[in-house]
Amino acid sequence: MIMKEDAAELYRQREKRVNDAIALKVPDRVPIEVLFGFLPAKYSGMTIEEVMYDPDKLFDAQLKVLLEFQPDMDQAPFAIRFLGPLLEALDFKQLKWPGHGMTTDHTYQFVEGEYMTADEYDHFLLDPSDFMVRKYWPRVCGNLKGFEKLGPLHGVITYYMGFNLSIAPFSLPEVAEALAAMQKAAAEAGRIAAHSRRYTQKAREEGFPMQTGAFTQAPFDTLGDFFRGTKGLMLDMYRRPDKVIKACEKLLPIMFETAINATRMSGNPRVFIPIHKGLDGFMSEEQFKRFFWPTLQELMQALIKEGCNPCPLWEGDCTSRLAIIKDIPAGKACYAFEATDMLKAKEVLRETVCIRGNVPLSILVAGSPNDVRAYCKNLIDVCGKDGGFVMDSATGLDDAKPENVKALFEFTREYGVY
Amino acid sequence: MAYNRQKETLFTSFFLAVAIENLPEVLSMDSKLVHLMADLKEKETIALVKDLIKEGTDPAEILDAARAAMELVGKRFEKEEYFIPDLVMAGEIMKGISEVVMPLLKKGEASIKKGKVLIGTVAGDIHDIGKDIVTFMLDVSGYDVLDLGIDVPVSTFVEKTREFQPRVVGLSGFLTLAFDSMKKTVEALEEAGLRNRVKVMIGGGQIDDEVRRYVRADAYGKDAVAAVNLCRQWIGG
Repeated sequence: MIMKEDAAELYRQREKRVNDAIALKVPDRVPIEVLFGFLPAKYSGMTIEEVMYDPDKLFDAQLKVLLEFQPDMDQAPFAIRFLGPLLEALDFKQLKWPGHGMTTDHTYQFVEGEYMTADEYDHFLLDPSDFMVRKYWPRVCGNLKGFEKLGPLHGVITYYMGFNLSIAPFSLPEVAEALAAMQKAAAEAGRIAAHSRRYTQKAREEGFPMQTGAFTQAPFDTLGDFFRGTKGLMLDMYRRPDKVIKACEKLLPIMFETAINATRMSGNPRVFIPIHKGLDGFMSEEQFKRFFWPTLQELMQALIKEGCNPCPLWEGDCTSRLAIIKDIPAGKACYAFEATDMLKAKEVLRETVCIRGNVPLSILVAGSPNDVRAYCKNLIDVCGKDGGFVMDSATGLDDAKPENVKALFEFTREYGVY
Repeated sequence: MAYNRQKETLFTSFFLAVAIENLPEVLSMDSKLVHLMADLKEKETIALVKDLIKEGTDPAEILDAARAAMELVGKRFEKEEYFIPDLVMAGEIMKGISEVVMPLLKKGEASIKKGKVLIGTVAGDIHDIGKDIVTFMLDVSGYDVLDLGIDVPVSTFVEKTREFQPRVVGLSGFLTLAFDSMKKTVEALEEAGLRNRVKVMIGGGQIDDEVRRYVRADAYGKDAVAAVNLCRQWIGG
């Protein structure tokens, strides 16, 4: 790999800056990382649709904001932005995106639903893969509908058990169509991976490491986001609490495996974990302790044991959860917060977890550069004291004003020097 | 929480329910149905409702008791004893009761509404959970709510404001793109000469006072109970 010498040095410094913060040491200055979201498209005068379908445009747009704003770490955007062709190959139903339910300049959005019904817990618990292939995939991917015709996959055992009856449905035309769609999707997935590698390489040559090398979720969130829906899972906590807990336990090793495989491929130990449904207001403390936290805690502990750094983004306000989520090995994780009280977060987590956040999008979209600087100053004064802090916006920058983003970066670099 | 669970007649709950807002809270809890529902005991509540119907209880009384229970649920939510899943569960119980009771109601027995509220998720945003909870809470609190759904174009808000003549317009949005949609909706109401006839409240994930100023709404609410309280303040009831 050809790497400019100063870029190599910058790469090393940036990696050290963030890792020092995670290890609760004092870096040379407050590190700054953001989730650019769809800001790069707007910044380059492109539509959301263009960057979702044209990987070269996405590459250029992302690189432009990277070089312009110089965050300490970046994100390869392809796996969560260059999605158009893959989603089309599958006729994906869980998202609306430009040209598919959204206008060309609106971000893609998730379509809530009960993609697993309440009476399907037992199938899921018996064999999640079989449930997903035959029930879940056909519901979330129109072009995989044919898999509904398959028999139980775990029934294909040997020449006199399953080979005849359970293999037979693969000859059905609907199944053949679904398999063809799968292959088409596989080719698109391959393109996404290739562009991600190309981007990661380019960023490295410019001196920028990637924020995270893997993605996973809290088991409860996975169950709620993709299978039962927010409302369905909320009701399940009252109507079938034991099944909820069993399903989370079933998902735990799957969520671990998802993360660990990706960190091994990327060689990057930092694992991004967006937290959706455990926030204040979304359940009581008792429910949090019973349904949400145990499997998330175990997931993070298992990742730490493997040398990884769990990096959850606690969306919404999680102030009331701080004392509970404090309970993980010290200096290994980084908690990003959206609307949590950062002063309290620093107080409670000071000796355990690096905190990251949280310039509100309301300021970045509707406020002025002076508002941004005032908020950042307070954050650095309060949370940046003694290290263990990473500056970030509260959530993805999508619609933030460029002059406000500029103020965020410039102020942090100047004022955040230790 | 130690409630007095001695008196078990619906009779009591009915009279308390009609006058609930004027009575001390402790009295309003003296009913088995109100208690069961407010404690979110779904199966027991529905079973009791069915028993009461069999015994010949007036379905309108049952509905009033259910509304009284929702009042309690709302109060517990305000006190942070209850959270969103509790509101959703209470909504399901309310739905279950309505399914049993509504077909039995005589025409014209549906209660008189306190005032009209128009609500919807603004253009470009398809999030509905928060808005649905607000709609439900306003509905059970006695307001006549017209819910326009999600991704509602600016022109639809204007048109429906003209037609439906609400006292309050509620704009919901989860994403940052909603800020501009809200702003445009408020501007369109101004241009149509409708702005001074309505109060505009906004709510959703990123919404705070900064956004309220940007959008030029009258108020923002952090949750469904806040929305109900804003309507009470503006419309009364």
